[in-house]
Formats: sequence, structure tokens, C-alpha cells
Amino acid sequence: MSLAYYPGCTLKTKARNLEEPGIASLEVLGFKLEEIPRWNCCGAVYSLAEDDLIHQVAPIRNLIRVKEQGKDKLATLCAFCFNTLKRANLLMRENAEKRNTLNSFMDEEIDYGGEVKVVHLLEVLRDEIGWEVLAQKVKLPLRELKIAPYYGCTLLRPREIAIDSVENPTILREFLEALGASPVDFPESTRCCGSYQIISNPDDISEYARDILNSALSHGAEALVLTCPLCDYNLGRGQKELIKKHNEFKEMPLFYFTQLLALALGLDSQVCHFELNYGSPESLLREKDLLS
Amino acid sequence: MSVTISPKRLRRVFVRKVKELSGQNLQLCYQCGMCSGNCPAASNMDLSPRQIIELTRLGLEEEIANSKTVWICASCFACTVNCPRGFDLSKMMEAIRLLTLRKNINYIRPEDISPQERCELPQIAMVSGLRKFTG
Repeated sequence: MSLAYYPGCTLKTKARNLEEPGIASLEVLGFKLEEIPRWNCCGAVYSLAEDDLIHQVAPIRNLIRVKEQGKDKLATLCAFCFNTLKRANLLMRENAEKRNTLNSFMDEEIDYGGEVKVVHLLEVLRDEIGWEVLAQKVKLPLRELKIAPYYGCTLLRPREIAIDSVENPTILREFLEALGASPVDFPESTRCCGSYQIISNPDDISEYARDILNSALSHGAEALVLTCPLCDYNLGRGQKELIKKHNEFKEMPLFYFTQLLALALGLDSQVCHFELNYGSPESLLREKDLLS
Repeated sequence: MSVTISPKRLRRVFVRKVKELSGQNLQLCYQCGMCSGNCPAASNMDLSPRQIIELTRLGLEEEIANSKTVWICASCFACTVNCPRGFDLSKMMEAIRLLTLRKNINYIRPEDISPQERCELPQIAMVSGLRKFTG
């Protein structure tokens, strides 16, 4: 089955370790992710000002590309892009005045009214494939791997775009269980990593990372599973510095959920691009006999 | 903190603009502090999220301009989803940022980001950061 797919800018460069194992795994599970033609940057963040419609044009153009292909669903992998595209789509569905203004402005495009459904790949796994079927396809169960799910913000907030319960999400826990891993719950799993504050306020970001990673560690996690390239950067880049600064701090490997999926489905580990990860994930996997 | 309130200091235009840009009814807030309690960055802010709402609806533009709070906010929506009154504080924070940025006053200088950092930062960090901190 083919599924329209929006990669976004970061997945083509920094986060190939999120994209490539995702595409390869979905193929094994019977879904071909087909990149939409002529996609553009979604703008990364949803425009929050009432009078700012110009920044809605970029995400909506991507949704128009999907409609033009006669498709009614768009799958995303980057958590930031998911949030921006889904919110822009809701705006087009629910606000007639702004929809008309935007459609008139984009005179060269077909009219768009929010017909496409924006989904995240985790929703495809849960709602279209199902955890039981996924568990049956697992060739290398991730036994004894204690992993803390880290959701961050953009898959769960605001409420109208959440892929799961805002207060008590379980989708990553269920995903990890299907792969045979041992999920480790911890209270910071939905706490913000600091996001774009990294470019103005990097010292605070290191402290947020320290709190989040120490909490996961103290609850027994050996690694974190992520969905967002900015969480990955904010939680990963400062770890070496934190080790130098704080005696108690221990390095924590970070995985994208698609890497764990590919590994459990028995795909060649090269597709995971572990060399792009923070925190030596390969040593942990070798220790658990999950990587040769 | 102590704040002197006099009719002369209250900026009605500021309040109207924040309302227009955010689309929020500032009177919804009853100052329970759920926003501050749920904000992961509150301890780094000089004015708490709850205080920012109160000062904004009083029209105390100078106090807000002298505070870093709206620039420490990462738009994570923890306040938004936890507000018992349905007030979207993330939108109010954005409105206050934009009132500065639209006067061509940037919060960061893009040229201060080192070439090495520019290479390392994921694109979503650069795009979102420049959109939030520059006009």
C-alpha cells in the first residue's frame, strides 16, 4: 500500500538516521512511503498570531500537493513538521474566513479546505498495522533493552493535534512492548527539551537535558527513544560537556523510534545510521547481543 | 515584586494589540498559576507566566519589555493544555514577542551564531529560532 509522505528539511541531512530506517521498515510492513512532489519547508513552527496568514502558505502548499495526487492522507516522520502541518490543516478546515483569504492568495493553486488527514508514522503503526501484527513481524526482539519513551512536545500539544492522551501517553510504551523491549516510564517524558531556545540560550538547554536524562537514568533507563530531531540535538549535543561538568552525569544513548523498529524487524543495521547518533548506541546494542 | 499602577502608566493600546494578535480573552485568567506550575522554563524566568498575564492585562508595557520571560518561552504549550480556563498563553507570549519584532528589534543577531554551530544545528532549530527571535 502506498502512503503520501512528507520528509521535511532536517530528515534529508541531519536526521537521516530517523528517515532511512523508517522508510525501510514500513516497506517490510507493507507500506511504501512515497515522497510528495515539489515539497517545501513547512516553516518548522506553526504561526500563532491571528493576523499572520503568510506563514500558513508554506505548510498548506504541501497539503495541496497531496490533494493534487488524489490522496487523502499524509504521513510525517519529523515531529516538528507533523505539528505544523496538522495545525495548518485544522485552520483550513475550521476557519472559513482565513481559508478563503489563503485560497484567494494562492491563486495558482487548487482550492484547499483541509481534506487531507495528517498523520504521524507512529499512528500508522498503531492504527493501520496494529501492535499485534507488528509484534508478529519482529525477528530480533529487543529483549532486556530498558528504554524510556521521550515524547517531547509536538506530538502531544496542543490538545487538538495530539496523537495520544496529552496527560498519559502510552503510544511509545506500546510500540516498545511490541518490539520486545522493556519500556521505562519516567515523569519527564513529556517535558520540553527547550526546543529553539538552543540558538539563544544553550546553557539553559544543557541544564534541561541534564534533568531529563538524569530522571530517565534514575528510573532505570539505559537509553531514550525519540521522535524529534531537535530533541535529539538538545539532549545529545551537550552530553560530553555535562560529563566533564558533573561527576554524577552518565552518558545516555538516544535512539530514534525508527532505528529500533528497523533493528527489531531484522533489517541491516547500516540502514539505521547509528554513526549519526549521540551517546554510543552501538556499544549498548552489542552489550545486549542486538548488534554483531 | 511591587508595581506602581497609575492611569498614566497603563497602556490601553498595548492591551488591545495583544488581544488582537493572540485572539485571546485576557479576562479569562483567574490567576491560579497552573501555567507557571507546568512551565518547564519558569525557574529561569524573571516574571512567571502567571505574572506576565496579569501585567499584560493591566497594560504595564514597560515591565514586560524589561522582562526576559517571553524570550525564554519555548512555545511548548504545557501552559495551554493545563489551563483550566482554556486560555492559550502560548499565543499571548507570541503576541508580545511580535510587538517587539515588528518594530525591527531582533532578540538575537543571526551573525552571532558561529559557523560551526550553523553547520551542526538541525534545520528545524534554525528555522524555528529565527522565526521566533527575529522580525
